[in-house]
Amino acid sequence: MTMVDKADPGEVENDEPTELALIEERKFEKRRKIEAFVIPIGTVICLLIIWQIGVRLFGVPTYIAPAPSDVGETLFSQFPLLLKNFWPTLFEAVLGFITGNLAAVLIAIAFVHSKNAEKAFFPIAVFINTIPILAIAPILALIFGSGLTAKVMIAALICFFPTLVNMVRGLQSVSPQALELARILSASKSEVFWKIRLPSSLPFLFSALKIAATTCVIGAIVGEWIGADVGLGALILDATFNYRSPLLYATVFMSSGLSVLLFAAVTIAERRIIRWHT
Amino acid sequence: MPSGATNQEAATGLPPVAASLTNAYVRFGAFTAIENLSLDVEDGAFYTILGPSGCGKSTLLRLVSDLIPAASGEVNIFGKSTEEARLAREFAFVFQDATLLPWRTALQNVQLPLEIGRKRGVKIPISDKSPSELLDLVGLSGREDALPHELSGGMRQRVAIARALVCKPKLLLMDEPFGALDEMTRDHLNLQLLKIWKETGVTILFVTHSIPEAVFLGQKVLMLASHPGRLREVVDIDLPYPREIKLRDTPEFTRHAAYLRELLETC
Ligand SMILES: Nc1ncnc2c1ncn2[C@@H]1O[C@H](COP(=O)(O)OP(=O)(O)O)[C@@H](O)[C@H]1O
Ligand SMILES: [Mg+2]
Repeated sequence: MTMVDKADPGEVENDEPTELALIEERKFEKRRKIEAFVIPIGTVICLLIIWQIGVRLFGVPTYIAPAPSDVGETLFSQFPLLLKNFWPTLFEAVLGFITGNLAAVLIAIAFVHSKNAEKAFFPIAVFINTIPILAIAPILALIFGSGLTAKVMIAALICFFPTLVNMVRGLQSVSPQALELARILSASKSEVFWKIRLPSSLPFLFSALKIAATTCVIGAIVGEWIGADVGLGALILDATFNYRSPLLYATVFMSSGLSVLLFAAVTIAERRIIRWHT
Repeated sequence: MPSGATNQEAATGLPPVAASLTNAYVRFGAFTAIENLSLDVEDGAFYTILGPSGCGKSTLLRLVSDLIPAASGEVNIFGKSTEEARLAREFAFVFQDATLLPWRTALQNVQLPLEIGRKRGVKIPISDKSPSELLDLVGLSGREDALPHELSGGMRQRVAIARALVCKPKLLLMDEPFGALDEMTRDHLNLQLLKIWKETGVTILFVTHSIPEAVFLGQKVLMLASHPGRLREVVDIDLPYPREIKLRDTPEFTRHAAYLRELLETC
């Protein structure tokens, strides 16, 4: 050991500072990561405490604004009820997500391949997009009845437009140079589509899917407001009309949890699929 | 396969021709980008193309590679029309930016030409070297699985060269391929390109805006003039191969460069 050290003192001298620097840097990185978590969580906890104290101090009735402890307690005691209403909404949201995005992707492909299709249908898509979802939901409920279909259609409709626009942009994002390369290789239209256009559109598609992951939950809940006896939307109405404020807050919390869950799923899929930089 | 060019050689005793342009014109609307260009590109030779910016150097390569049509005149590649030559993969193109597909690894990018056109029964020539051997040839062994964004600009351009070689082209068209690289990388790639040229015997048309690069690489320099784009002069560079970087310090090299600079100023 000593022999080696003596034989090559330069190496030791050279290595130690860099290694120390590396360790320092890692510590710094770690601290930054911890801070990124700790600061927002700390803020939330502080706000909850202020809320709790405020409600108790001023004696606000529970049905107007429940204390966080009441909501927490309900979240815990009513969990089976919340979960029973969670699954239908999840199901509607996911089905709507798939339907709306699939339709958007297919129509985007049609638009990119046929300028006439785009000219004919894009204005209609824009028009439908300008109608507030709350206004169009009753119409869809009339058409599709009070069952699952209406909720799925409302969730699908709310996903549709952002994905359509992004997908069209994505499919057109191919560099002219890449198309010249394809031309020199005498690539067919379908080869250009599968090997160049579709992969280039994926980053655009995923940014739309992340939007859709949260809006499809809104769609499902709005659908349930029009008429449903299960689901988080139905539970929100029920809790509101019966002044069960802690339950209302707990349901809202579950709804937001559902959005986070879907958003996280899309983000994980994106990280696995898109490994390149654009 | 006896090409038209070899027949021609047998008949006339002239060297075989890789590409020939006869009174070729290219027009963009009312604008004439190339006017009355006639040229025989000798098979197996290394041509560099110089000219003022906007004189039609890229247009010339795009004309030869069937990316744009001739308004009039004729362009033949190994006795075929440019379209037939394109379908038979007689030529490959290297762009100024590497134009790699960012989601494909280096190796997958090199394989791309082999995956295209296979289903339609187009007979594609294939290099004797496998895609990974071609990556070795351009000095990228061990980086097969790297994605383009993980490679430097010079490395990306080498991947593009390997991709161009994978279908064993007889004619290689290069449009300022090293224009965006630093000088050291450019020198290195110049030497590597000369080595590849010698090993494969491919005919090369190489556009550059650097006079030293044009002299260093080319057997012949095509000097184009602008307004309208036309062939000004074909300059022979009678410097022996293999060429090394220090060739640039010799008086003969300087003489060629000086001549071209003068010519360029009057284009
Ligand atoms: N697609 C096009 N449409 C109209 N004009 C073009 C087009 N491509 C090139 N040109 C014009 O033709 C001339 C030659 O262009 P180019 O071949 O790119 O020049 P360079 O010698 O710099 O490569 C330029 O004046 C350019 O503006
Ligand atoms: Mg150019």
